[in-house]
Amino acid sequence: MAKARSPALSPVQAWWLIATGIAVAAPLVPHIPPWLTIAAGLALLWRTALAWQRKPLPPRWLLVLLVAAGCAGVLWQFRTLFGQNPGVALLILLLALKYLEARTIRDGLAVVFLAFFLALAQFFYSQVIPAAIASTLGVLVATATLLALADPRDPPLATLRRAGVMLLQALPLMLLLFVLFPRVQGPLWALPRDANSARTGLSDTMAPGSISELSQSDAIAFRARFPDGVPPQRQLYWRGPVLSDFDGRAWRPLGEKPQPRLPYTEPDAGGIDYEIIIEPHNRHWLFALELPGATTAAMLATHDYQLLATEPLATRRRLAMRSYPAFHAGSDEDATVRRRAMFLPEGSNPRIRALAAQWRAQARNDDDVLLAAQTFFLRQRLLYTLMPPLLGEQTADEFLFDTKQGFCEHFANAFAVAMRTAGIPARVVTGYQGGELNPVDGWLTVRQYDAHAWTEVWLPGRGWLRIDPTAISAPTRIDLNLAAAVPASDPLPLLMRVDLAWLRDIRFRWDAVTNAWNQWVLGYSPARQRDLLRRLGMREPDWRSMTATLAVLAGLALLALTAWTLRQRRRRDPVLALWERFSHRLGRRGLARRPDEGPHDYAARIATALPQAAADMRAIADLYARLRYGPATTGVGTGLDELRRRMASFAP
Amino acid sequence: MRIAAALQEQFFSWALRGKPPEASPVTLGQRRVYVLPTRAGIGYAAVLLTMLLGSINYNLSLGYVLTFLLAALGVVAILHTFRNLVRLKVSRGRTPPAFAGEAAAFHLVLAGDSERRALRLWLPEGGTTTIDVPARDSADACLRLPTTKRGWLALPRVGIETTWPLGLIRAWAYCAPDMRCLVYPKPAAKAPPLPWGAGEHGGRRAGGQGSDDFSGLRDHHPADPPRHVAWKIAARQGDEAPLLTKQFDGAAASRIWLDWEATPGEDVETRLSVLTRWALDAHAAGLEWGLRLPERSLAPASGGEHLHAALSVLALHGQG
Repeated sequence: MAKARSPALSPVQAWWLIATGIAVAAPLVPHIPPWLTIAAGLALLWRTALAWQRKPLPPRWLLVLLVAAGCAGVLWQFRTLFGQNPGVALLILLLALKYLEARTIRDGLAVVFLAFFLALAQFFYSQVIPAAIASTLGVLVATATLLALADPRDPPLATLRRAGVMLLQALPLMLLLFVLFPRVQGPLWALPRDANSARTGLSDTMAPGSISELSQSDAIAFRARFPDGVPPQRQLYWRGPVLSDFDGRAWRPLGEKPQPRLPYTEPDAGGIDYEIIIEPHNRHWLFALELPGATTAAMLATHDYQLLATEPLATRRRLAMRSYPAFHAGSDEDATVRRRAMFLPEGSNPRIRALAAQWRAQARNDDDVLLAAQTFFLRQRLLYTLMPPLLGEQTADEFLFDTKQGFCEHFANAFAVAMRTAGIPARVVTGYQGGELNPVDGWLTVRQYDAHAWTEVWLPGRGWLRIDPTAISAPTRIDLNLAAAVPASDPLPLLMRVDLAWLRDIRFRWDAVTNAWNQWVLGYSPARQRDLLRRLGMREPDWRSMTATLAVLAGLALLALTAWTLRQRRRRDPVLALWERFSHRLGRRGLARRPDEGPHDYAARIATALPQAAADMRAIADLYARLRYGPATTGVGTGLDELRRRMASFAP
Repeated sequence: MRIAAALQEQFFSWALRGKPPEASPVTLGQRRVYVLPTRAGIGYAAVLLTMLLGSINYNLSLGYVLTFLLAALGVVAILHTFRNLVRLKVSRGRTPPAFAGEAAAFHLVLAGDSERRALRLWLPEGGTTTIDVPARDSADACLRLPTTKRGWLALPRVGIETTWPLGLIRAWAYCAPDMRCLVYPKPAAKAPPLPWGAGEHGGRRAGGQGSDDFSGLRDHHPADPPRHVAWKIAARQGDEAPLLTKQFDGAAASRIWLDWEATPGEDVETRLSVLTRWALDAHAAGLEWGLRLPERSLAPASGGEHLHAALSVLALHGQG
């Protein structure tokens, strides 16, 4: 039965292929170069026009030329043909050009298979719920196209419905596979460099303006859940990169090698337990409330108390954490570290330097200096704003004495500089402050606009203490949120401006759904799979037991389905059923109907064998023939009753 | 080769659960329906494997979802395809006689309790046909098989396959319903003219045109030669009126014996084929004709039944 040549595509099948291409490629349009969208669209239009006019497809040499041109375009765009983005671009190119040479059913299958790849490629860019819906629609159309390729006779709606029914029937097995298929932590091979390209978030340097930039983004940084209740807002300092190295304008981390254990001993009491889900940001940083205890997962800690992951966070990460808000570490801090925390470039910020010398002269100890500095910050009536004026060379001086307007990085920068000029070790801590509690699911959401910078000063015998200069001038930023603290004219991201109750409610609900989706669908990692299976009662969930369970359950499901398939369906023609029962009854007297015997032949034979019942038999056969083969009439029901009555009273 | 052939024979007798032919009707039970992926199905599996690797590598949770959904769809397709074939009832249909050299037409009647789509039937060296079977009804599938020899031609093993609905999975089964087709000898291309001399009242050479002695009209039988239909009357009376056949009173003139002894040559098959040609010609001419073979003879008569009886005798000559 080897088919020498695949049969040609019918016009209906060509239409289906075009629909599939549109359904799977449309969601990718924002992610591919515009020229490729236009080129693919033109190819599709061309194919559509050819299908419409039933004209032949373009010659092969032209297609070869187009493929070469397309590859050159992709190469020019991305400087490479390998990797995620060029790969997707090439797939779209191939799909578009495959249309122009799709002549046979086999070509059609190739198009559908490419479409399946593209439905997957969409997830490189986004795995949110709308993306899943878009992909599902694409798969529905592609499945309908497979149906149409196998048998193009059904009308389009019936084909779509059959595809939908088959996909629904596939759902239980899909769920089984999703839960039980042994998960492997990727990547299996090195990811191309452009995988997980840059995302919004904190950076590891801080200069004026670097954090206020983030205040315009409502992207989620991480979510946290406190089983024992959320601590007060003013305690929610999420520690990120710690910056001690100052060059007069920008702050940078010291960059010493992180260690696998914490540089301090965890206190015995005062811990808060919580769970945190960090969105991928392609850095090693983990965010934790100050000061963090050790997590169970593999992690590193810097000497300035920042937690790091062993790998950059390329995927959403879930961690169980414990923090000690009242704990201060570092009373035995190394002298070199303290010295580096007092370094300032020559001639930096002379005005604050002079003022600091005055504080020092009047103070008995470091505590007095700290108090004097805080009092000074309060008296300067500094304005907390998202749109501060530009600063020149001496950023701290100009902010404190001239412009008096700034965002948290200006405050932290100025305060740390002031402390250092006064001879107190100080450093800048960046991270997030606050968060928004979602009343629907009880998770605290921390967004990019919650990014913050504050300072830490070192006092002898006390260690490193957190001083937030922003809190001195704009306490509402810490107690409430950014929107409450900045002037009303400052531009804010949409989510912060929303004060309509119903819109807020919808947003909370949508956030809760997204969070559940992230945790249970997107975050279903090898670890989470083991957790779930253990909770479901599997004693030792390794890949062997998972595969075994999967095989057994899938086998049972298949068996049940097969049994259902084989079950003789009893929805038969009642007339035929009566006739067969009647013939069976006569069979007991050796007068069963032969398979090839029609009702009248049979009646004739019975009439000869049982002459006394000949008339009855003929009447029954006539009635049967009329009901079964005659024109469909409305009176079948009464005819059926009559047939039943006659058969019952048939007594030869 | 002989071992391979023997193995194949073994396989088929195993696949059919008993030696062919089988008693009709044959119901395709689940134990004789085989299911394997088609070439497209293997391609589909390769695509899914690639998608799975991609999902693992890029940690795409929704990639897993999509891959597993499509894999489950493949399994669902197995069930649908299997269901499309299993419990199909294959019964004998008509097998009109054919002349050697023509294709014999075997009609199989397919019936199922549910709707069956795009079933393809094929014979090892014959034609294929694709049909649908409506729910709770039957459909007639005609398989053509080329014939070479006269006599009984048994229906060889019939393959029934389907790849419906997705084309990814192929389910197939073999069955060999107990059917045979009577193959008449091939009518000789070049035959001597009808042996008028062998008639009881020989001598008249009407050249088969014995239609000049019109004697009356009778009701038309389907087997009557078209040229004897009273077309003029039919045209006058319109569509509703029954057709009439002209009868000719040339009984004496047109009675003829087709005699084995009168055929030229020594070869049995050649002689049979000449007799076949004569029988057809005599029938077409509306003659009353008889057939005389060495071991049996048919009395002169006319009509389709008679032709069939004569051709059957010729077909089975020497075959018991």
